[in-house]
Amino acid sequence: MTDSVAEATPDLLYSEAEDDLRAAVRSLLADRTDTPAALARAESDTPYDPELWRSLGAGMDLAGLLVPEKLGGQGASHREAAVVLEEIGRAVAPVPYLTSAVIATEGLLALDPEVDEVASLLRELAAGRRTAALVVPFSAGPHSVRLPGTLAGTVSAVADAATADVLLVPTGEGLYAVDATDAAVTPLTPLDLTRPLAAVTLDGVTGTRLADADTALAAVRRGLLAGAGLLASEQLGVAEWCLTETVTYTRERKQFNRPVGSFQALKHRMAQLWLEVVSARAAARNAADALATGSPEAPLAVAVAQAYCARVAVHAAEECVQLHGGIGMTWEHPAHLYLKRAKSAQIALGSAGEHRSAIAELVDLQAP
Amino acid sequence: MTDAAELRSRTRELLAAYPPATTEPLDFLKARFDAGLAWVHYPVGLGGLDVPRSLQAVVDAELAAAGAPDNDPRRIGIGLGMAAPTVLKYGTEEQKRRFLRPLWVGEEVWCQLFSEPGAGSDLAALGTRAVRDGDDWVVDGQKVWTSSAHLARWAILIARTDPGLPKHQGISYFICDMTDPGVEVRPLRQITGEAEFNEVFLTGVRIPDAHRLGEIGEGWKVAQTTLMNERVSIGGMRIPREGGMIGPVARAWRDRPELRTHDLHQRLLTLWVEAEVARLTGERLRQQLVAGQPGPEGSGMKLAFARLNQEISGLEVELLGQDGLLYSDWTMRRPELVDFTGRDAGYRYLRSKGNSIEGGTSEVLLNIVAERVLGLPAEPRNDKDVAWKDLAR
Repeated sequence: MTDSVAEATPDLLYSEAEDDLRAAVRSLLADRTDTPAALARAESDTPYDPELWRSLGAGMDLAGLLVPEKLGGQGASHREAAVVLEEIGRAVAPVPYLTSAVIATEGLLALDPEVDEVASLLRELAAGRRTAALVVPFSAGPHSVRLPGTLAGTVSAVADAATADVLLVPTGEGLYAVDATDAAVTPLTPLDLTRPLAAVTLDGVTGTRLADADTALAAVRRGLLAGAGLLASEQLGVAEWCLTETVTYTRERKQFNRPVGSFQALKHRMAQLWLEVVSARAAARNAADALATGSPEAPLAVAVAQAYCARVAVHAAEECVQLHGGIGMTWEHPAHLYLKRAKSAQIALGSAGEHRSAIAELVDLQAP
Repeated sequence: MTDAAELRSRTRELLAAYPPATTEPLDFLKARFDAGLAWVHYPVGLGGLDVPRSLQAVVDAELAAAGAPDNDPRRIGIGLGMAAPTVLKYGTEEQKRRFLRPLWVGEEVWCQLFSEPGAGSDLAALGTRAVRDGDDWVVDGQKVWTSSAHLARWAILIARTDPGLPKHQGISYFICDMTDPGVEVRPLRQITGEAEFNEVFLTGVRIPDAHRLGEIGEGWKVAQTTLMNERVSIGGMRIPREGGMIGPVARAWRDRPELRTHDLHQRLLTLWVEAEVARLTGERLRQQLVAGQPGPEGSGMKLAFARLNQEISGLEVELLGQDGLLYSDWTMRRPELVDFTGRDAGYRYLRSKGNSIEGGTSEVLLNIVAERVLGLPAEPRNDKDVAWKDLAR
């Protein structure tokens, strides 16, 4: 333990209110998502689910969890947002919650709320009336993010840009709010079918400048840090679904006159996965709690959670495909939606390597 | 109902009557036991006051503040953690009165005679025989992995009393006198060079029937109490960051920049993350227990720490480079206390190999998680309804 980082005691459990929130979100998602519809939507012109987003964001007032009440939000915290993301991960729901209600919102919260444009945008995001996307590649992490010099050029692989009403564009000259209809937003074909990506071309766009260059970079880093920390909860949800589904399937599936889940070769792999999921939960709760309490440990907690949970989600999804055998390889079975979500999320918001490098600095384990 | 205030005043009365500064430690511990302040959740007259276990902290805090001696729980861990709860649950009144007080004050050390060369993971297959002879049982067999056997006055012992029954049914549970002339204890030297454990050879050992715990043939059930308590007593402590095996490696990395390579750096960071996450997982489990929501996570923690200890200590040996080629000392000795993180990197590397074997192998623990936590079906078994004497071995 180094002296530079004080050790706090995080609350790693779920409160009763958080359990209630989870139950409500899970029940909505169970009613409104199913595999055939998700597959059909993924190959349509509307790869996200606007109606589901309206129900979640505005209907259940979840879009404004991170926004203070005086700015029209719920005044809740990252702990509650993390619970919502666990459920979104479990359902691989195609809604812009992480990108708009967490990353863009958190970035705006770093700006001066006395600026009318900032306050009114936060109010609209909190109410779920509009969504925003931060215009950086989805692979950019809080430590690696690089900003373009000016409001021009093309940014590729921007998550949920095609659904966003407002594009938040950080540049070397400041942070701009750009109406999505003013920019050229070109949908791309994403590996993750349930998280649409687009290329955003900004040539000839003016936008509204919300903050200067220094504030812009701080806001982007804050947004991406919160995003990376809470992505761990989404990854936890993905991993949990994969484990539960695999256990259910291998209990039922019979070969050699017995359930395949009775073979030690398989059950040991699932037990190992359970241990990883249990561990991922502790890491993800730790990150959510540190962000919620504004702990000085938040950067470390987020880096630990991302460095750990990304791999767990991928491992769980890969085991899910393998232990389902042939059916796991089909388009019809939902396992591939989770594999694609998990593999993309491993790159999103900073690779495990980026987060480990951050840890090296934070706990004084310097590179050679 | 005794509350915290009353416990505090009882503790102060004890301290006034037996000032730690001028009282022999053993006399103090006996007086503490007789005052019901040894383990407050035990019954009155057996070292306790029949109050919730959580109140023990009140007593311990008062005693620690006064500098009172303790009973050195690490030295008598098997007695406190395994023998005592079993004697309490299954012992006769006479057995409880005879054994619990000397056990708790540390006058009598206990050991555990369960595992055998032919019965490790499959403990219920044990072959040590106990044959009735008048008021005694005559015991013959061999036990292994017995820590403290060379120091112990008593042992908890499971032995086969009816080989004609299926293996779980023909076992009985005894308290064995380690000073019996038929008991031979031999140190069992390990890969570290030292001998923490012993082999115990039992030849014509006579145990009075009055030293049987539980009914004849109920030994497996009684042993479950012992083993359950072994698992409960592990964990429950808050570990600081870098508190475990990762600590020495991280310090070596910081202190010796000349050892650093890019490959080792990536591996160190990966293991650092896993150690930190394991620490948080343990902390979450602790918070669940405090909140009264015990989860199944406990079964998994030992698995996680076994693998981590092995990987981290393995990395440490590599990190040390030419120093990793050396070992502190192969001299055979019998340590009284075992410290997994003690001594040098080579010792840690070798000792941690035991972490995935002792107290349930990782393979058995994975089965337990898979079947009891995840509800996966058991492997088909052909040994449950067969007489022990007819089993393959």
